[in-house]
Amino acid sequence: MTETQIVLETDSAGAKLTLRGAVSILNVTELHQKLRQSLASAEVTLDLSGVTRIDTAAAWAIAEVEKSAEAMQRPLHMTGATPHAMSLLATVRKALPKPDLDQAAPLTWAGRITAFGQAVAAGFAFVADLIAYFGLFLVRLVQSLRHPRDFRLTALVHHCQEVGVKAVPIVALMSFLIGIVLAFQGSTQLRQFGAEVFVVDLIAVSILRELGILLTAIIVAGRTASAFTAAIGSMKMREEIDAMRTLGIDPAAALFVPRILALFLMLPILGLLANLSGLIGGALMSWIDLGISPMMFKTRLIEGTDISHLMVGMIKAPAFALIIGVVGCHAGMQVGNNAESLGQKTSAAVVTAIFAVIVADAVFSIFFAKVGL
Amino acid sequence: MTAVLNPTDADVVIRLRGIRNQFGRHVVHDGLDLDVYRGEILGVVGGSGTGKSVLLRSIAGLQIPAEGQIEVLGTNVRTASEEARIALEQRWGVMFQDGALFSSLNVRENVEVPMRAVKGLDPALRRALADLKISLSGLPYLAGDKYPAELSGGMRKRAGLARALALDPEIVFLDEPTAGLDPIGAADFDNLIRQLSETMGLTVFLVTHDLDTLHAICDRIAVLAERKVLVTGTMQDMLKVDHPWIHEYFHGPRARAAIGSNSESKKA
Repeated sequence: MTETQIVLETDSAGAKLTLRGAVSILNVTELHQKLRQSLASAEVTLDLSGVTRIDTAAAWAIAEVEKSAEAMQRPLHMTGATPHAMSLLATVRKALPKPDLDQAAPLTWAGRITAFGQAVAAGFAFVADLIAYFGLFLVRLVQSLRHPRDFRLTALVHHCQEVGVKAVPIVALMSFLIGIVLAFQGSTQLRQFGAEVFVVDLIAVSILRELGILLTAIIVAGRTASAFTAAIGSMKMREEIDAMRTLGIDPAAALFVPRILALFLMLPILGLLANLSGLIGGALMSWIDLGISPMMFKTRLIEGTDISHLMVGMIKAPAFALIIGVVGCHAGMQVGNNAESLGQKTSAAVVTAIFAVIVADAVFSIFFAKVGL
Repeated sequence: MTAVLNPTDADVVIRLRGIRNQFGRHVVHDGLDLDVYRGEILGVVGGSGTGKSVLLRSIAGLQIPAEGQIEVLGTNVRTASEEARIALEQRWGVMFQDGALFSSLNVRENVEVPMRAVKGLDPALRRALADLKISLSGLPYLAGDKYPAELSGGMRKRAGLARALALDPEIVFLDEPTAGLDPIGAADFDNLIRQLSETMGLTVFLVTHDLDTLHAICDRIAVLAERKVLVTGTMQDMLKVDHPWIHEYFHGPRARAAIGSNSESKKA
């Protein structure tokens, strides 16, 4: 095979460009550059007689420069092209794309303000949409309770296992460690005042009231909201949801109700387990670090901590469950028909769910403070 | 029993010998032999489940056969070194059934993906070449800015073809190029393949069920049945084969319609 050569010779009469060997996409940058250079001369001759192989990329470079030569009224002669090269050139000339006519409008201040306004409006629309999904869930739930035969008990049990039972180890371990951290940090602070025994109150109040249920909700939001979005979203992507609709199956009843209801039933139980294992972790660390025996921890816990703390914590669990479930299912239904939107919506679901849970927790705190619990 | 056309002067670009593919205990191919010649359009047909797509995937190196030799452009696909394989992959293009476009990239960026492997290619040139390939595939110019999700099935196939042709390959593999297209779109696509194969000197390996495609553009047809390539030859040869499945396939009402209408249009 002859070596590929692109030789440009210029003299007073004009430029001569000689091509040899295989001209292809591999050397099109050089070819295009030299062709452009040759346009500086009054007359251009292109010798293709030594070409063994020419591809569309090289043909494009020739056709493109041909067009500029025509616009500049420079004569461009081509010699030695094989019939194959000629037909390729003809095809490429015909397919040469038309230049882009509409340019993107520059960003103005009015445009920016409009975009900001639209983003805010979209935020409100999103919240309204979530509330609408919650309403839809309630309607379908009531409907399925009225017709118990249509209720998808198997699906509910399956989701209870997925979101509840399988989350127990991670939730319990996390809460146990949080209990240890609280006991350790609390004891170093309280020891300065000789009030070590109050570490029991510290652990009990913070875990029962806030941390146990909040951290459980955050873990569940990460685990379950993403799973809901991915499962429903991939069904949406493959038109399974449309298929359900045409078969007379309501996606909300079939997909949302079992999932959200499972979460509604399981999250309080998970929260309770988290409370329990948090207290065990705290008790263990108090025993090791401060010498508070488990019996003493128990006595102090029962004497010093009111049952209302547990109630305040537990009452939040169903609300968090509904938030996580609705956000996950809603995000799943927003997935478009490409793989990228599935990933986007899944991560958006987790972020939204965690954020909404924390906002709700803040609202609950203010509420309980006002009513004096 | 094979009615091979035997064009002795043409060189073989794909040579398959004794291919055996199996999934668990289910044997798809056993002792399959096939030659594909330079510059031809070969149509592979066969009933559902006879492993047409598996064969295509084996040649393209996406599926490793249990036994057998696969030689593409003189390189043994199974034993080739890493560099040889990469060099070979730049000399073929694959169009998957639904385009298999990257959904996070627009059409132009999809076509640019294989071009990124070319060292020293100016980005502006790359963009212009991608636009050219899009236009060659019969897509409107503005389609380059669209994302795959915004395209119809036929446009996705054309975009998939544009990406397969990005590096001017010597061989293109097409998996059911006209499936799911309306008759006019399918005929357009057939013409496009024929025209591109003539101007670019392509060898086309296409898997299809479309009798119109087989009749209109394929130089040779290979029939997959009984776990091997049972027979290869032109459409005329196929009509003479008296294997029951092949007879049924090429003499069924749909085949008669396709062959009849095409010979009429040729007379006119």
